[in-house]
Amino acid sequence: MKRLLTRQNMIITAALLVVYIIVQVLLSTGIISAFYETNLILGGIGIIMAVSLNLITGFAGQFTLGHAGFMAIGAYFSAVMTVKWGMPFILSLLGGACLAAVMGFLIGLPTLRLKGDYLAIATLGMGEVIRVVLLNTKYVGGAAGLFGIPRITNWTWIFVCSVVTVLCIRNLLWSSYGRACISVREDEVAAEIMGVDITHYKVLAFVVGAFFAGLGGALYSHYYYFIQPGGFGFMKSIEYLVMVVLGGMGSITGSVMAAIVLTVINVFLQQYSAIRMILYALLLIIIMIFRPEGLMGSKEFSTAMFRRFERRDDRGSAGGQ
Amino acid sequence: MLEIKDMHVYYGAIHAIKGISLTVPEGKIVTLIGANGAGKSTTLKTISGLLRPKEGDILYNGESITHWSTRKIVEKGLVQVPEGRRIFADMSVKENLEMGAFLQKDKAWIKATEAKVFEKFPRLKERIGQLSGTMSGGEQQMLAIGRGMMANPKMLLLDEPSMGLAPLLVKEIFSIIREVNQSGITILLVEQNANMALSIADYAYVLETGKITLEGPAQELAASEEVRKAYLGG
Repeated sequence: MKRLLTRQNMIITAALLVVYIIVQVLLSTGIISAFYETNLILGGIGIIMAVSLNLITGFAGQFTLGHAGFMAIGAYFSAVMTVKWGMPFILSLLGGACLAAVMGFLIGLPTLRLKGDYLAIATLGMGEVIRVVLLNTKYVGGAAGLFGIPRITNWTWIFVCSVVTVLCIRNLLWSSYGRACISVREDEVAAEIMGVDITHYKVLAFVVGAFFAGLGGALYSHYYYFIQPGGFGFMKSIEYLVMVVLGGMGSITGSVMAAIVLTVINVFLQQYSAIRMILYALLLIIIMIFRPEGLMGSKEFSTAMFRRFERRDDRGSAGGQ
Repeated sequence: MLEIKDMHVYYGAIHAIKGISLTVPEGKIVTLIGANGAGKSTTLKTISGLLRPKEGDILYNGESITHWSTRKIVEKGLVQVPEGRRIFADMSVKENLEMGAFLQKDKAWIKATEAKVFEKFPRLKERIGQLSGTMSGGEQQMLAIGRGMMANPKMLLLDEPSMGLAPLLVKEIFSIIREVNQSGITILLVEQNANMALSIADYAYVLETGKITLEGPAQELAASEEVRKAYLGG
């Protein structure tokens, strides 16, 4: 089993490297135009946002509508660090992510006692509060937005950050932590009775999710030269929630796929700009009718095969005893 | 082993438990019977730390656990099998059992206990990889008890294990409860099915709207006119 896994890991690493190099070559030779590059970056940020939101909503079962709020914190704080304090990009990235995580903790501790729709409304309010506070803060430009952010985010940064995000969250979920998280989603009372400290796990999911949302925000602001509070409203949270639901609640690979698929659909629909949003909505409705559990359900793409082997092993040894 | 002293529990303004006292001696099966809404589950939830009593004290091996966290209570071997089973429906049988052993660190112990559970419930072994939500009610109840065993309990709190099960299955579950008890685990059994509960218990308490109205050795209660009329159907 272990040998299989390392072989699998090697294949994945090799595949990722190939993807990275091919895209990098295409970019530097100019075959991928600026328009497609923008969408490549957006898709990468989509992956980071959707996977981190899936940790909170899909795995820990805490329905939140304020993910863009954490993104805004990451975007603004990192931009302030770069523009106003002259910090290097890598520090700004981490700073934005960390401040978002701190906010996730401060907001999560009181609100995660709420359940279901109450939590959704509380987090919706939280996102709006963050937006309005930014709107009224002169230091970061208020409604006009924050200008002059250098464009540092490129394919390499996006690639590395999305891979790191997916790896971190995947490893977290494959530990006993992940099982505990899922048990909280399945049945809070039962989880508590088994000795799972449910508040601890909910807040942790929220903090880690917020951290990576902050990272996504920081990458975003360092790509677009300027940011506005309006860019991180309720609709932005919904955009990422759509990715999570479409990919499958509780499937990391599902979120990654959905982020890519939706970005591609978006690119394709640019040609019909007038009816773009209508077609987009129609597509979503059709997908949800035919696959209500999302593209992947709660399954993972790369490990599904191996897991099936594992289950068969268990059965085999159980029968043999 | 477990002692409740004059415990009062409120849901907001509603006075659900109005000063009950009960004792569960080590190695025994004690049952708490009563109708719907008498406060049986509330009592168990309070023992497990899911609810807090407003007054009174809960002693476990002489130590007050009234303000302990649920986690610490489970750690010390006071484990609840909740009402309505509450298994993790999207997890396999094996994963459910592993969740039961959430606080157990010793891998060898977990494996050995899992084998014991499968010995007791061969049907669970057959369904080891199956999603537990797709199993029948009886199998789910077996899984819930098995999951409780995985938490290394010194005392099990069973909340209506007969709920929604066919009579034959109820019999099976109760004989398993007795076996579990014989293996050295003290049991506090909450039941509506007074007949079955009294048949395996050593001592019984009758709970009515938050108060204990009757108590005594289970066989005596089973024979008493009052209990027969109210709970055993004549």
